[in-house]
Amino acid sequence: MDFLTSMTPAGGVAAAMLVALIAYALLGGADYGAGVWDLLARGPRAEAQRELIAHAIGPVWEANHVWLIVVVVLLFTSFPEAFTVVMTTLHVPLSLMLIGVVLRGSAFTFRSYDATELARRRWNRVFSIPSVVTPVLLGAVIGAIATGEPGRVAEAGGPVPLFSTWLRPFPIAVGLFALNIFAYVAAVYLTLETDDPALRDDFRRKALISAATLGAVAWAVHLLAKDSAPLVYEGLDRASWGAPLRYATGAMAVAAIVALALRWFAMARLAAAAQVALILWGAAAAQYPYLVPPHLDLTRGAAPAIVHKLMLIALGLGSLILVPSLVYLFRVFKGHTFRAGRRDEDESVRPTPA
Amino acid sequence: MTNLLAARLQMAMSLGFHIIFAAIGIALPLMMCVAEACWLRTGDPIYRTLAKRWAKGAAILFAVGAVSGTVLSFELGLLWPTFMKFAGPIIGLGFGLEGFAFFTEAIFLGVYLYAWDRIPPPAHWAAGAIVAASGALSGVLVVSVNGWMNTPTGFTLIDGVATDINPPAALMNPAFVSEALHMTLAAYAATGLLVAGVHALMLRKDRENPFHRRALGIALAVGGVASVLQPMSGHYAAQVVAETQPPKLAAMEGQFQTERRAPLRIGGLPDAKARTTSYALEIPAGLSILAYNDPDAEVRGLDAFPADEQPPVAVVHLAFQVMVACGMAMMAVSLWAVVSWWRTKRLPTGRAFLAAVALASPLGMIAIEAGWTVTEVGRQPWIIQGVMRTTEAVTTVPGLWWSFAAYTALYAGLGVVVVMLLLHQFRSSPRADAPAGEARRWTS
Repeated sequence: MDFLTSMTPAGGVAAAMLVALIAYALLGGADYGAGVWDLLARGPRAEAQRELIAHAIGPVWEANHVWLIVVVVLLFTSFPEAFTVVMTTLHVPLSLMLIGVVLRGSAFTFRSYDATELARRRWNRVFSIPSVVTPVLLGAVIGAIATGEPGRVAEAGGPVPLFSTWLRPFPIAVGLFALNIFAYVAAVYLTLETDDPALRDDFRRKALISAATLGAVAWAVHLLAKDSAPLVYEGLDRASWGAPLRYATGAMAVAAIVALALRWFAMARLAAAAQVALILWGAAAAQYPYLVPPHLDLTRGAAPAIVHKLMLIALGLGSLILVPSLVYLFRVFKGHTFRAGRRDEDESVRPTPA
Repeated sequence: MTNLLAARLQMAMSLGFHIIFAAIGIALPLMMCVAEACWLRTGDPIYRTLAKRWAKGAAILFAVGAVSGTVLSFELGLLWPTFMKFAGPIIGLGFGLEGFAFFTEAIFLGVYLYAWDRIPPPAHWAAGAIVAASGALSGVLVVSVNGWMNTPTGFTLIDGVATDINPPAALMNPAFVSEALHMTLAAYAATGLLVAGVHALMLRKDRENPFHRRALGIALAVGGVASVLQPMSGHYAAQVVAETQPPKLAAMEGQFQTERRAPLRIGGLPDAKARTTSYALEIPAGLSILAYNDPDAEVRGLDAFPADEQPPVAVVHLAFQVMVACGMAMMAVSLWAVVSWWRTKRLPTGRAFLAAVALASPLGMIAIEAGWTVTEVGRQPWIIQGVMRTTEAVTTVPGLWWSFAAYTALYAGLGVVVVMLLLHQFRSSPRADAPAGEARRWTS
């Protein structure tokens, strides 16, 4: 329990940001991934796949996206200089990402309420294409920060470059990695959303394929990181528990693939979610204590401690309302994915908007 | 064409777009809850249909409000990094609490829209009530930040650096209560009358339609009560402005010279060069009474402040006049409904009344845009009153015109689509002469 005494309020807020980011990846990320599978839906069951996706994410859609806002608010309140540097040096990818957020966020709802089948199909496209582009940009922003280039540009002052901070191999590779992770968790989750064995096998196959490509992309990111993001590359070795963290991530990846192969879908979901959480934890640990390397860490450019303490109190009190509300939401709409035996009675009413 | 202008236009456009959806997101859930409560109490299925219909509109508008709000949380940093670097720690508590309110709103909107047949009716109604309450709370907390920009508190400024930061004091800034009250009432008044106008138009074609009559009743009740209360909250807000932001008050009133027994100007065109406001209907000592409750009170004019600390007077004065005029018209229509209801115990459905409600329909949103213009342009040249100028706050990222053009095109397209989707919803609304089978369909 060493960390409890050594953790500063700033560290506490940073940990909360990591938790919110993991939640966004596991929940909002899966919505992006579902959009990817919507775009890639082919074959005789393409329509059934799209319908399953729409039903699965409809009720939880709006809530899943609030996690991103939580991360942003925590960042600008608690670490204003890091926020300012990111928003300035990565203005272009963030602006493009937001256009994607707007397009898919509105199109997803519009397609439920438009008049004709044709119109609904068009909205589907407006939803699914940005679902592919937006995660790449989000990952590129995170990858770019890890290279230290935005931090160096801001430190040097002078004119702000629009593209050179992020339009590089490593950030783009991280972007593709994010896209792949999101598609992977979405496919794993979707295996639990249907009774139809053929449909379930479709998503099982997609999950296994994306697990394999995820390994390949991860390898590419690892190779590129050595030169492009040395600080983060070495960070995981520096941390005393870097090695166990890596082994645990690998073990979860293997467990997820084995569970998928054996059709233990609930187990696969658990392992895949743990794998994603460990990947983000590992990335954060490797970058620790920097928010925007190589200069801005948890102390430099941070808000005064009183702000961090107040934010922690607000987070604690807010969680008292938030956690039961989220549990209720997922019980009402996702309960059937946790009770394999009682699926029939549960599935009698499909969630469709009023 | 400077970067500053592009940034200001993009911010104005983004906020002007978002504020409509945010206002409807506060008030429409309340109306659907009232309709559902009527259904639970009376068992009349038309109320249930009405709640479902309004929920569809709420779903469309909430989606656009949520994404445009997400954009705004980034735009604060993308466009105004220097502002956020200074203000983030001070005002973050308000935004943080708002995050939780918004989270609750999004969670229970999902429950409300998708769980009509999954959870017991009282639980479903409660989900709607939580959406309505957290939506209003969310709006209040965002407005607290605007209040802080107008009346910054909760820190001590030493050599341009904020020290002794006290976020709760920043949240409870002097303008907070008046702005939050005025904006929340505005959301109910504008949305209520906007929706009432739509149903009034439908009733003009289909006079006895029970669906639209009930809808008009609830919408007018919500919008009418708020419209009648709003002038009082406006009076209070103006007194707070008189005390805390005298240059803004002078610009709102087109008051160039400092004087006792200052007149209240209705209409008129301020001429910043000639330093006069002409063509106005002037009520002697009116402004002194309204601002300070004393006909002999001295009102400081724009000339009492340095030239580089005066807001653009023509825009602020005209926007203020538009807001007040819209508010007065809305109050008049609401009083018409109240008086008629008082005398006959039922809602008037005469052609003249329906026409008046339909004409008043867009006024609330116009008033909100105008009022937002007053508070934002009236604070210029400051982004934080007396602390930081807007020119100091803007980003150094080049090429902001591209960003402005892209977001304008995006929002224009979204606006058109939303209107088309809503028109489709109106066209498919229940008709009184529908065959029995049809009637069953829309009550299910």
